Amino acid sequence: MPDLLLDVQGLETQFKTPEGIVHAVNGVSFGLKEGETLGLVGESGCGKTVTMLSVLRLIASPPGKITMGKAFFLGQDLLQMTNEEIRHVRGGRMAMIFQDPMTSLNPVLTIGTQMEEPLMLHLGMTRKQARVRSAELLEKVGIPNAKDRLPDFPHQFSGGMRQRVMIAMALSCDPQILIADEPTTALDVTIQAQIIELVKRLRDELGMAIIWITHDLGVIAGLARRVSVMYGGYLIEEALVEDLYAHPQHPYTIGLLGSLPRLDSKTHQRLFSIEGLPPILYEKPNMCPFAPRCKWALEHCWKENPFLEEIGPGHRAACWVDTQTGRSRS
Amino acid sequence: MSSNNKDVLLHVEDLFMHFPIYRGVFRQKVGVVHAVDGVSFDIKRGETLGLVGESGCGKTTTGRTILQLYKPTAGHVFFNGTDLTTLKREEMRYMRREMQMIFQDPYASLNPRMTVMDIVGEPLAVHGLASGKEIQEKVEHLLEVVKLNPAFANRYPHEFSGGQRQRIGVARALSLQPSLIVCDEPISALDVSIQAQVVNLLEDLQKEFNLTYLFIAHDLSMVRHISDRVAVMYLGIIVEIADRVDLYSNPLHPYTQALLSAVPIPDPVSDARRQRRVLEGDVPSPANPPSGCRFRTRCWLAEKICEEQRPEFREITRDHFVACHMVKI
Repeated sequence: MPDLLLDVQGLETQFKTPEGIVHAVNGVSFGLKEGETLGLVGESGCGKTVTMLSVLRLIASPPGKITMGKAFFLGQDLLQMTNEEIRHVRGGRMAMIFQDPMTSLNPVLTIGTQMEEPLMLHLGMTRKQARVRSAELLEKVGIPNAKDRLPDFPHQFSGGMRQRVMIAMALSCDPQILIADEPTTALDVTIQAQIIELVKRLRDELGMAIIWITHDLGVIAGLARRVSVMYGGYLIEEALVEDLYAHPQHPYTIGLLGSLPRLDSKTHQRLFSIEGLPPILYEKPNMCPFAPRCKWALEHCWKENPFLEEIGPGHRAACWVDTQTGRSRS
Repeated sequence: MSSNNKDVLLHVEDLFMHFPIYRGVFRQKVGVVHAVDGVSFDIKRGETLGLVGESGCGKTTTGRTILQLYKPTAGHVFFNGTDLTTLKREEMRYMRREMQMIFQDPYASLNPRMTVMDIVGEPLAVHGLASGKEIQEKVEHLLEVVKLNPAFANRYPHEFSGGQRQRIGVARALSLQPSLIVCDEPISALDVSIQAQVVNLLEDLQKEFNLTYLFIAHDLSMVRHISDRVAVMYLGIIVEIADRVDLYSNPLHPYTQALLSAVPIPDPVSDARRQRRVLEGDVPSPANPPSGCRFRTRCWLAEKICEEQRPEFREITRDHFVACHMVKI
């Protein structure tokens, strides 16, 4: 499909651990259109971060290894690139911001130095040009007196401000894709709202595509156009945002949405809880990885792992059961 | 608000907790952090009071000061009519049987070198309420109560997941059969699907043992779910307190309004329909809080009076208290 900006096909990543090989990402495929915002949702350990780190080739090897798959970006397979080539993509056409804005900034370098570095490396600017551009960028993300803050160190900024700096750095080379890994999880709700408004504004201004990784189905509802849900290293459901929240099909998505108390609910209902724990896969399961926690599970679910298939227009799910009828799909 | 009311289990009156700041070689006192700055509220028996606010607003300090884990700078805490702030160490220790705490981080609050049996049984041994075989029986029963397999009693905390560890923390808190439990962000370190498990457990236990909860959290949707009444804190003071339905449907304080509008709703349709009020700037430092109303530096309604006078905590409608000059009766 030529209209896809990023086309990930059959991505698999494994980690060698003393307990055995952990299958962190298992045959994940998805596409991202130009200017589109995709939400990648799942609980800790479901493989959502590892998926995106694999695409950017930021998996430490060893212990990690990308064993299979392709990731086409502008017609080139990121997974086949040389280290030199991928380095030009990272931080340039594709940028990433991380969860914890304190640990992802270098505490002993000034904000200015850290911002100027990618500009000089990727765009070949002189330090002087880079400084001017850095101040512009900081201004753009809403930091007051941007020019005077360049000589400051990260600890002189608050959490929300640091995340703004991270966003400014990510934007510095006009990326086509911004990958945001839970950028608001460490922040308070009012600051989270500020950052989300900022990202929305910048997205509309700059027209970049965003992949927003999160565990918070609330954040993604107001932000993404499409949502992919991951569980146990598998992509288990994908749909347009309105469709997913109104008609979730996979039992895990249904459970996840049901376990959230809603600020706009009228009555006090007991929360729907998914019993049990998410799995750590030491070998590829020959059953549905969610079956042990699923109340819809049928006999077939214990025998074969369902694959992601189209169940409606633009709606894919990996489940043997039609959750509306409780009967098998086929 | 009277401390004699029979229904009231906990009555907090003008509680202050200031921490000194020391600087320099001679450790001179250069200022104080106004962590809790005049907080008053009641909790009725069997009730859940939710205490919400952003990080650094003093909600955890309030919880800890109530349990006398810090010695309050000023104010009183009446528990069952007894003023805890006047008790001697030994008397307080005895009182602690009645009030327990569940902590935020289930990874840090359990000693990694102790087995579950030791952890859950320790309060019983410390307070001399049981010994030997009896402790073992009680611990096994407690583990059943929190829906953990009693056969796991001899395992160590690292063998459990986050949600299971939090259950161990709950079992430890329950071991002395307290009437009040201060839950300090008990679910914020847990995954979404596990949060629901722990919250459901806390609700079941409350019914079964007639527990009273002070539920401290920053997740407003979860607080709304579990609480009967909710108090909103900002920079060391309570700005609004009301019945949960009332507070969420009719928030009066501008901060409460902003806080509620910032909470994302997991539904794209109603999320898009909402009016959002995004607050500018950050929370000021509690070492140097603004004069008058604490919130005025970020408030869109602020006028001159907000700078000059600290707003009174007034009852606007029945049981709905708010500290704001701009709210008219």
